[in-house]
Amino acid sequence: MGAVRRTRTEGGAIGARLWAIAIWALVGFFVLNLLAMIATVLVNSFSTRWFTTWLPAGYTGQWYAQAWDEFQLPDILIVTLEVVGAVVLISGLLGVPAAYVMARRDFPGKRAVMLLFLLPLLVPPITYGIPLATVLYQAGLAGNIWGVILANLVPTVPFVVLIMIPFIEQIDPRIEAAARVFGAGLGQMFVRVLVPLLMPGILAALLLVLVRTIAMFELTFLTAGPTSQTLVVALYYAVFAAGVRAGQSIDAMAVVYMVTTLVWLLIALRFVNPTQIVGRAKGS
Amino acid sequence: MKDRPTLRLRLAQRGLDGATLLILPAIAFVLALFVYPFLYGLFLSFTPKQGGALSNYARFFTDPYLYDTIGTTLLIAVPVTLLNVIVSVPVALRVRNLRRQRLLTTILVIPITLGTVLVAEGLLNYLGPRGWLNRVLLEFGLAEHPVRLVHNYWGVFLSLVITGFPFTFLLTLSYVTGVDPSLEQAGAMLGARARQRFARILLPLLVPGLTITLCLSFVQAFSVFPSAVLLGAPAGPTRVISIAAYQAAFEQYDYSMASAIAMIMAFVQVLIVVALLGLKGLAYRGPAGGGKG
Repeated sequence: MGAVRRTRTEGGAIGARLWAIAIWALVGFFVLNLLAMIATVLVNSFSTRWFTTWLPAGYTGQWYAQAWDEFQLPDILIVTLEVVGAVVLISGLLGVPAAYVMARRDFPGKRAVMLLFLLPLLVPPITYGIPLATVLYQAGLAGNIWGVILANLVPTVPFVVLIMIPFIEQIDPRIEAAARVFGAGLGQMFVRVLVPLLMPGILAALLLVLVRTIAMFELTFLTAGPTSQTLVVALYYAVFAAGVRAGQSIDAMAVVYMVTTLVWLLIALRFVNPTQIVGRAKGS
Repeated sequence: MKDRPTLRLRLAQRGLDGATLLILPAIAFVLALFVYPFLYGLFLSFTPKQGGALSNYARFFTDPYLYDTIGTTLLIAVPVTLLNVIVSVPVALRVRNLRRQRLLTTILVIPITLGTVLVAEGLLNYLGPRGWLNRVLLEFGLAEHPVRLVHNYWGVFLSLVITGFPFTFLLTLSYVTGVDPSLEQAGAMLGARARQRFARILLPLLVPGLTITLCLSFVQAFSVFPSAVLLGAPAGPTRVISIAAYQAAFEQYDYSMASAIAMIMAFVQVLIVVALLGLKGLAYRGPAGGGKG
């Protein structure tokens, strides 16, 4: 009896170890492929020629200069900066006060309002992007930078609201009451008391908005005109028309896009947990 | 004059005062740019360029070039979603015990952040006939000719694994870490083996979270667009429904038809999500914490 039990647990231990090894092997395989995919883009962007060998025949930086001129990267970078800056600013201005109300007030219809803020985050952008682009085109707003900004705000405003609610709930309401007792108006209380206390949360929310907006393809793609493309949309068109230009030049542009995104991601990760980037439906 | 203070007081008692109005700009914004366009699109889909109110929908469901896109999209989205969710669970169970999770989660958040366009460009190089993957396969004699992995079904499938798996995994991880480990320890002490603990304790507690993960992952995969164009065969096996909607809007300038396709796309998503949530209703609902309260 004892012997039987021992072999069972030993078998279990070996099985468990094999299972653990299999899982780590799977994770390692995934990460390896992911890094190799990114490395391919990086290596190709610096290569002179790369056909049938493991590594390119030689290295050069000329593709970056070429991409800079060919794709009009300075213009694209300025547009990206303008769009992202406006989206971050406006979604903060609209989202933070709304989050304050959601955290502090109990009003009739609050559940419906919550649903209203959740829906744009649950419905994929391409699904609502097409009717949205139609409306914006008819209002004469699409095809220029304003259309791109308005479309990008649709998911970011609710996103800021949902991220900010728990941060506001953590603040002791008596602090606000004290400010009001000492005669601070609503505006003063916001600017002098709440915003300084909420700074870490606001920073986290806005950095996440920034990263998401740089990478937001669908909404920008559907509303951008020729002069209002952001980096990711320009990259799409470059890959779409591959063959017109050298592959290395496209990859040089892809590297510029990667660096732009990843720098902000690294900054954002100082303030947020990686799981927060996907934990968008946690408000429900 | 006499009425006013009482009205204000009454409103304040219900939680409505001056500060509550701060929410109005955000609500107005979402109503104007999310709800209104959706309702307008719905209305537009019933006012086609020619024919009766339902002719867009009739055209969609009689033209195989259009209605086949639903099947095509499901054929990509369903297997990818199931694979991502099923693999995420054991990996998340393993990673939750890891002390240095941060490095792994940071690496995994990179493809989500970079987005599908960049992943498509990367995979075109990496999976291509002269890419590193095929080179390894040839070198080790695992294949005699380069395996074709781009501009077909598998290109799109793999791109959805690269961006979808980290997304699914990070969501699953956040649910898995919410389960109190003492519940499993109690099970182990009472003699349940690993498999039993998983099936009887963990899985029932994870079902609500996994259903949400499944819904979100499915909806994302179902709305695949850039990688289906860049990595797939957008005229054939990966002509997904979003391509049909895009072509109607921006190539044929038939916004009415495009809205109809977008509404059908939304309807299929809602249908599957509602079905999944309905199934969830049959499962255990209760606290995932242990101990007293």
